[in-house]
Amino acid sequence: MTGWLSVALRSAGAVAELKKDKASGREPQAKKAAAEGEGEIWVVIEHEGADAAPVSWELVGEARALADELGVRAAAVIIGAGEQELARKAFSYGAAASYLAAGPKLGAYSADPHCQALAGLAARHKPQVILLGATTRGRDLASAAATELETGLTADCTELKIDPEKKLLLQTRPAFSGNVMATIITPKRQPQMATVRPGVFPAPEPVAGASGEIIASKPRLKPTNVSVKQLEFIRAPKDEVSLQGAKVIVAGGRGLKAARNFALLEELACELGGAVAASRAAVDAGWISSQRQVGQTGQTVRPVLYFAMGISGAVQHLAGMQASDIVVAVNNDPEAPIFEVADYGIVGDLFEVTPVLTEEVRRRKAEAGADGGLRIEKSARK
Amino acid sequence: MSINSLVCIKQVPDTTQVRIDPETGSLVRKGIPSVANPYDLYALETALSVRDQHGGFITALSMGPPQAEEVLRKALGYGVDRAVLLSDRAFAGADTLATTYALAAAVKKIASGRDAQTGASGIDIIFSGKQSIDGDTGQVGPGMARRLNFSQLTYVCSLIEIDVEARCVEAWRQREDGRELLQAKMPVAVTVTEQCSSIRYAALPDLITAAKKPVEVWSAADLDVDRERLGLRGSPTRVSKIFAPPARKRGETLTAPERSVAEVAALLFDRLAERGLKIGRRGG
Ligand SMILES: Cc1cc2nc3c(=O)[nH]c(=O)nc-3n(C[C@H](O)[C@H](O)[C@H](O)COP(=O)(O)OP(=O)(O)OC[C@H]3O[C@@H](n4cnc5c(N)ncnc54)[C@H](O)[C@@H]3O)c2cc1C
Ligand SMILES: Nc1ncnc2c1ncn2[C@@H]1O[C@H](COP(=O)(O)O)[C@@H](O)[C@H]1O
Repeated sequence: MTGWLSVALRSAGAVAELKKDKASGREPQAKKAAAEGEGEIWVVIEHEGADAAPVSWELVGEARALADELGVRAAAVIIGAGEQELARKAFSYGAAASYLAAGPKLGAYSADPHCQALAGLAARHKPQVILLGATTRGRDLASAAATELETGLTADCTELKIDPEKKLLLQTRPAFSGNVMATIITPKRQPQMATVRPGVFPAPEPVAGASGEIIASKPRLKPTNVSVKQLEFIRAPKDEVSLQGAKVIVAGGRGLKAARNFALLEELACELGGAVAASRAAVDAGWISSQRQVGQTGQTVRPVLYFAMGISGAVQHLAGMQASDIVVAVNNDPEAPIFEVADYGIVGDLFEVTPVLTEEVRRRKAEAGADGGLRIEKSARK
Repeated sequence: MSINSLVCIKQVPDTTQVRIDPETGSLVRKGIPSVANPYDLYALETALSVRDQHGGFITALSMGPPQAEEVLRKALGYGVDRAVLLSDRAFAGADTLATTYALAAAVKKIASGRDAQTGASGIDIIFSGKQSIDGDTGQVGPGMARRLNFSQLTYVCSLIEIDVEARCVEAWRQREDGRELLQAKMPVAVTVTEQCSSIRYAALPDLITAAKKPVEVWSAADLDVDRERLGLRGSPTRVSKIFAPPARKRGETLTAPERSVAEVAALLFDRLAERGLKIGRRGG
């Protein structure tokens, strides 16, 4: 009820605003002419001040590809304090326009004002697609905004395509713990909205000096009685690479036998620039924080390279990691089910194997000189 | 003053057993056991501990086919005061938008106290899971918040304080880069992660009273709703195709009797290099 009504009201308001904008000059060209920006592909840039989440740029690159296919513009939406530098950065990653919505209530992220700003912009400019990162913030905002706009929202897409005939966005995502892939469409409503996992699309190479149009606005927010305030923020230790963004994950299970043995995995992960994760058995044993749990009741991860060390490979664990590109398993039980899904299996004692793997990485890095690290070429992705 | 809360519990298939039939390409769900969405049990425990501390009523709400009554029976066993199941063909096939529309209408009815046998009126907090394991979207909690004009707190890993006088909730929220302590005005919709406390053991007296308590079943006619906005008809999204993910196959076993551990390690990184993961320059 409230959704439809408020959208209708807001678009009416938008037309009035448009007229006012043009009051100084010629006739308002509103109504008949398409709304400025109609049919564009938008990406909402997730940012903290001038720092954007990498997934935002990955999505700008993908939006550009989709937009080119449809013959429309790709645009970035930056809701905040008026971060011009982000608007320009978006151009360098392929956006033709940046919507800069700024206001005192928009400086720090909060679902309600940001949802109002995004829904207001969408009602006014009528993009056909809005993409956000499938992060804790992106999902928070997308869910609210899709409800406000009374439109469809597909979570956690791993592939986006355009239907060549109907020109609809084909949104493919895993369902049922990754056992099923589903392609979702939003045939009758606009915008078509989707969140996309970090790391699904490669980050485009920035093009220096690229330019575009900046469309600045000051959204009018309706007063509400909802309020969420941040009192404190505790940043996770810097060296703790997030599982969501990690290209390499070294995970340990019950086979690790004690908390201190995770140090072995940390060394390997550190050499490879990856993150350490765990099975539920290791989490339940109290060896590692539950934030590191991979699986059905933990996180779903999709690194390029996943090491399963002393993990048996229960279905609930596989649910969280089977979309990894390459899986390496080390287990002393040759019958362990993890070997059924591993690209490379090492039957052996992890306490013996892990340090040798770490040593091998160090040796290769040393051989290649100071700049040698783990390089991931595109061919690794399937 | 007490806190009235509502817990959203979804019945889900054990997703690890759901498969695509390779012959027909359709979803095989027959014979697969249903369970309460695991995250919703964290939501339920959080609601129970709020009631332990502040008193008040808890209503468990679910939308699903008639057999979804099972999860509500389970909730009654843990001592919730009331259980409501939305079950009607009109609700079937709902995506998250149509789901939040129906659930929000039920919340309004429950909050208005119109037919509450408990005498409770108003809902201060809605608890739901961070996501369901079948839909996996995490969209229903915030969608309800939006529809009901509740504050929205997602990915809560610990609820620490409720100031009943000031009508405020303080909770830690998990983010990719750390944790934030947020203060939200009630009414608030909270979605919880697995870092909240696990569900307690059901107490025998609760189990006994639960057996006598009804699960109220409401149809679309019991709600103030526009039928066009329910179920499949009210859902903007459509599934255009389902298919099996590319199957993982058993790969290569690198260990062999004649290979030392060092040789196995070297072989692994040679193989990875062949697939585009290169350490330094060696191996291509
Ligand atoms: C509803 C539900 C949800 C669940 N969710 C999850 C989830 O999200 N994530 C998850 O991981 N699990 C989950 N589980 C649990 C899951 O079923 C398994 O119990 C768990 O994954 C087992 O962890 P593990 O492989 O570390 O331990 P185990 O199964 O005990 O396996 C340990 C392995 O280590 C090997 N090993 C032992 N010593 C060595 C050594 N020295 N060198 C090499 N190998 C060694 C053993 O051969 C064995 O294969 C869930 C279960 C349920 C019922
Ligand atoms: N049909 C439903 N009935 C009751 N609660 C639901 C239903 N669908 C979703 N929820 C709640 O919303 C949360 C998020 O679900 P989802 O958006 O499907 O991932 C779940 O953990 C439940 O608490």
